[in-house]
Amino acid sequence: MAEPTFDARVSPLAHLAERMRAAAVTGVRGVTLTEWPFLTMVNLRVAPASAAADRIEKALGARLPRRCGHTTSAGPHTVVWLGPDEWLVLSQAEPATVTAELREALDGDRGSVVDVSANRTTLELSGPSARQVLEKGCPLDLHPRAFAPGRAVSTTVGPVAVVLWQVDEAPTYRLFPRSSFADYLARWLIDAMSEYRGPEVP
Amino acid sequence: MLLISCPWCGPRDETEYHYGGQAHVPHPENPESLTDEQWAEYVFYRDNPRGPFAERWVHSTGCRRWFNVLRDTVTYEVLAVYRLDEPRPELPQAGGNR
Repeated sequence: MAEPTFDARVSPLAHLAERMRAAAVTGVRGVTLTEWPFLTMVNLRVAPASAAADRIEKALGARLPRRCGHTTSAGPHTVVWLGPDEWLVLSQAEPATVTAELREALDGDRGSVVDVSANRTTLELSGPSARQVLEKGCPLDLHPRAFAPGRAVSTTVGPVAVVLWQVDEAPTYRLFPRSSFADYLARWLIDAMSEYRGPEVP
Repeated sequence: MLLISCPWCGPRDETEYHYGGQAHVPHPENPESLTDEQWAEYVFYRDNPRGPFAERWVHSTGCRRWFNVLRDTVTYEVLAVYRLDEPRPELPQAGGNR
């Protein structure tokens, strides 16, 4: 079979790229929304504290986080805790490279390594008002006393289930909704961002 | 709104969970030997106590794990949360039907 000569992938939010750019708010109440399509995501299931988990930690160069909300990073990879024996590996590397590396480390032991890159897309919400935008529809406490850079949890924003990861103190959040919910979530966020364009209503 | 503490994720709003009915309902040893009436009792008939009730919940938008909750059906107070491999906790203050 001939190798494909062009990238035929279409991101779930390609049709909203212009609207998201136009929704950006600048200034002290600023907030921006961007999609980062085609990020590599690999779902990993393996018993924690097993020989296979040790080999996987060596291959990744990072510990598998053991508690809800924790993440670990090494080189191109960030590992997000999804469950007591389940993790999401986010990576800058190619999906085939990451899955091959992890499968080799799993070495036939009980567990699974599945490329789920097309399952979710990545939305980045950043700026001084980003936390207030999320607080309109997220049941979690996102205040710095409870949530900080490097934390990632599965929760809901509006009615959409997402993995929510805070990456820095701007604050910048990355939201990982399922592809089929991404359109709704992006429109929900654009609407939630619009009030920060004007001055604060006392 | 109930605030339920997932054994793995900690306290989260009720909206993140789904209900799974009564806990500790054993699957029949020999389902093929049951009469239709006995099978219907296993599938459909559940306790409906007034007071502490052990029930199953799943943290569907979180870690997606099933666990058990002991909840008071009168006050809606969550009395205890425990994993599936843990026994139902004894509650000294639980007086059963009131």
